[in-house]
Amino acid sequence: MSVTEELSHHDDHHEEHHEQGFIAKYIFSTDHKVIAKQFLITGIIWALLGGALSVIFRLQLGFPDLNLEFLRPLLGKWISSNGKLDSEFFLALVTMHGTIMVFFVLTAGLSGTFSNFLIPLQIGARDMASGFMNMLSYWFFFLSSVIMFVSLFIETGPAGGGWTIYPPLSVLPQAIQGSGLGMTLWLVAMVFFIASTLLGGINYVTTVINMRTEGMTFSRMPLTIWSFFITAIIGILSFPVLVAAALLLVFDRSFGTSFYLSEIFIGGEALPNMGGSPILFQHLFWFLGHPEVYIVLLPALGITSEIISTNSRKPIFGYTAMILSMVAIAFLSFIVWAHHMFVSGLNPFLGSIFMFLTLIIAVPSAVKSFNYLTTLWKGNIVFTPAMLFSIGLVSFFISGGLTGIFLGNSALDINLHDTYFVVAHFHLVMGSAAFFGLLAGVYHWFPKMFGRMMDTKLGYLHFWLTFVGVYLVFFPLHYIGIAGFPRRYYSFTNFDAFSTFTDLNTFVSIAAIVTFGAQFIFLFNFFYSMFAGRKAPLNPWKSNTLEWTTPRVPGHGNWPGAIPKVYRWPYDYSKPGAEDDFIPQTVPYSQTTSSNFPHENELAKSEGAEEGGAH
Amino acid sequence: MAETLPIQESRRFEVRSMHPQKFALWLFLITVTMIFASLTSAYIVKKGEGNWLIIDFPDLFIITSVIIVVSSLTMHFAYLSAKKDRAFAVRLWLFFSGILSVAFIGGQYMAWGQLINQDIYFVGNPAGSFIYVFTGLHIAHLFGGIIFLTIVLIRAFQNQIHSKNLVSLEMCATYWHFLGGLWLYLYLFLIANN
Ligand code: HEM
Ligand SMILES: [Cu+2]
Repeated sequence: MSVTEELSHHDDHHEEHHEQGFIAKYIFSTDHKVIAKQFLITGIIWALLGGALSVIFRLQLGFPDLNLEFLRPLLGKWISSNGKLDSEFFLALVTMHGTIMVFFVLTAGLSGTFSNFLIPLQIGARDMASGFMNMLSYWFFFLSSVIMFVSLFIETGPAGGGWTIYPPLSVLPQAIQGSGLGMTLWLVAMVFFIASTLLGGINYVTTVINMRTEGMTFSRMPLTIWSFFITAIIGILSFPVLVAAALLLVFDRSFGTSFYLSEIFIGGEALPNMGGSPILFQHLFWFLGHPEVYIVLLPALGITSEIISTNSRKPIFGYTAMILSMVAIAFLSFIVWAHHMFVSGLNPFLGSIFMFLTLIIAVPSAVKSFNYLTTLWKGNIVFTPAMLFSIGLVSFFISGGLTGIFLGNSALDINLHDTYFVVAHFHLVMGSAAFFGLLAGVYHWFPKMFGRMMDTKLGYLHFWLTFVGVYLVFFPLHYIGIAGFPRRYYSFTNFDAFSTFTDLNTFVSIAAIVTFGAQFIFLFNFFYSMFAGRKAPLNPWKSNTLEWTTPRVPGHGNWPGAIPKVYRWPYDYSKPGAEDDFIPQTVPYSQTTSSNFPHENELAKSEGAEEGGAH
Repeated sequence: MAETLPIQESRRFEVRSMHPQKFALWLFLITVTMIFASLTSAYIVKKGEGNWLIIDFPDLFIITSVIIVVSSLTMHFAYLSAKKDRAFAVRLWLFFSGILSVAFIGGQYMAWGQLINQDIYFVGNPAGSFIYVFTGLHIAHLFGGIIFLTIVLIRAFQNQIHSKNLVSLEMCATYWHFLGGLWLYLYLFLIANN
């Protein structure tokens, strides 16, 4: 199913003459750049699929009377004889949409692509610490993808208990079809997914710590690398907890234990399970789940920092504050999980503690937002598509983050929990923001990935349609949520109170379909430019970081000669007194005496001394 | 905009380098630690909610604890011998460590028998199920350790383990001591929370 395989297939004749065979080069490759592209392409396929699923359930929600007969060729028996979507399949669609987007697209597709691609290139390494582990990481992800994909087509349908797979629903196959084989496959797929994430994460951390080029101190690392590094650490600490949670769930499902079950009647019959607690699962799940939302977001924020600074032609405002706020967010993300459980019967006193901790997260988040805005302030802004998407990210991060403050209030959450308000919150702050980070990254690093430029006009069109579209989809959901619409309901036609919102729901669905359609502009641009785009200059964005010192299409080992040495941080843009408005990291202070600060002149002296002393 | 330019940190650090594989092993140990940390936290949370059983732990656990500590010692002896290039001693100590780990697994298995004699089954009140999960998952990790040990032992027979080539033995020993420590933690945790 890998498109890389398909696309490069007609190339294999002249590839045979190279040192590496086709298979070693494009399929079981250990080169970080190829693995990054594999993650990207797989992620794009998943994004399309996840998006398509959401269009199907938006059809149901926006047009409850629509005859869906035309979907029968695709969905088969999930369309009833009178043209209605099966209500259990609706739940499966929601579940798979969430799972695919959160894990397969915004975790694997985002971190997998950019951590792999940028870490070695930006810290000056020839490859990852372990190319083999890296390859394994992709192929575990691939295997996981295949299993998850297969689960869409089985008789009883894919998992249907929500992406959070709360028991008892997810444990009892008697409850819904989606808790049968589909759930089993979900769990198996996630085991491989977690293995993939951990292999990747261990590799990223090891590489960043051990393989930086000379001069690349932590205080000179691009914020992209900082964000990937912190993200990987969060993943290493949180994904094992999902293993524990899922393990106990598997025992309950397949061996009859009672970790999460107690005193349940189903279909009029009492189950034998005694002594367990479904709340226990929620604690374990959200101990991963909350950090996971930052695993999704932080890489996007790192990418944005880099792009905004480059295209504002200004140093990032508050470099150290950016790092510290990411560290603070990472730390806090482990001690706020119970804000997802305010109405689970949690002790209200504990609730107020978690409320307090949750609201503290607003502080580092605000620091980051302000730093983006102050970097943009009075900059010589270059509106590349990547820049637009980065600014869009900042917008979503702010508007979605604000609603987090409402939700973080344990009293308000009684009303808002499990409504569309929550859906609106996290789609803006996590879903759309991280998606925009991903797209910004693709537009920005496409020249380095494929040696060609993407089309800018199509990029603008894609941006504006998507940006406006996202707001049109998710802004109304706040009102729908405040009006009390619970999430994950198949239909609202039986509630008179909700009938005034029917038009709004229709509007949202239309906006969603249009926004989804706009992504095909991107797809066309992406694949067309890959083969027919204008050849990229070596440093198209006049950027300072190391990846732009490599050849147009870097080969195995990244730099044909020696790895460049680093002399300065990556944000010397528009430095007063400098000839150009950017000074790459590889330029020594001794060559920039006109723009050096006094302490940098001191450094310039030691640069010379070191060079002399080294030989 | 000179005033807003942040001042770059001037101190230069040497780029540090640790053996990447050893480093990765430590990260792996952190992930394993997190699994068990979350399971033991789950134990505490569940226990706090009531509907719990008090269980007499099998006394075999004391014996298996001693066994695993001794196997850590023999592993350390293997390491010391390798440093001194005593090839035969390396093989012997590694072999002993392997035997002891098998004895440990046997002991844990018999301890399950003792639990069953008390009518504590895997399926039943989570208070009992948790013990099976702790021990079972620990043994699963120990299987990994035994495979690792076997690889190192084979390399020892090929004379590939000596004072100039210690990395694989060191990593194996690290994992081994970790598993020993993990079991002691689990056992003490159970005792302390009963
Ligand atoms: C100011 C910062 C934030 C606060 C105070 C906050 C607070 C909350 C609260 C209290 C909930 C639970 C609502 C409920 O279920 O009743 C929630 C849900 C959620 N938040 Fe946030 N949030 C913040 C930022 C973020 C960020 C940055 C992300 C992602 C990158 C995020 C992703 C999510 C997700 C995915 C959910 C819903 C999970 C689900 O139930 O399916 N939040 N947020
Ligand atoms: Cu959260």
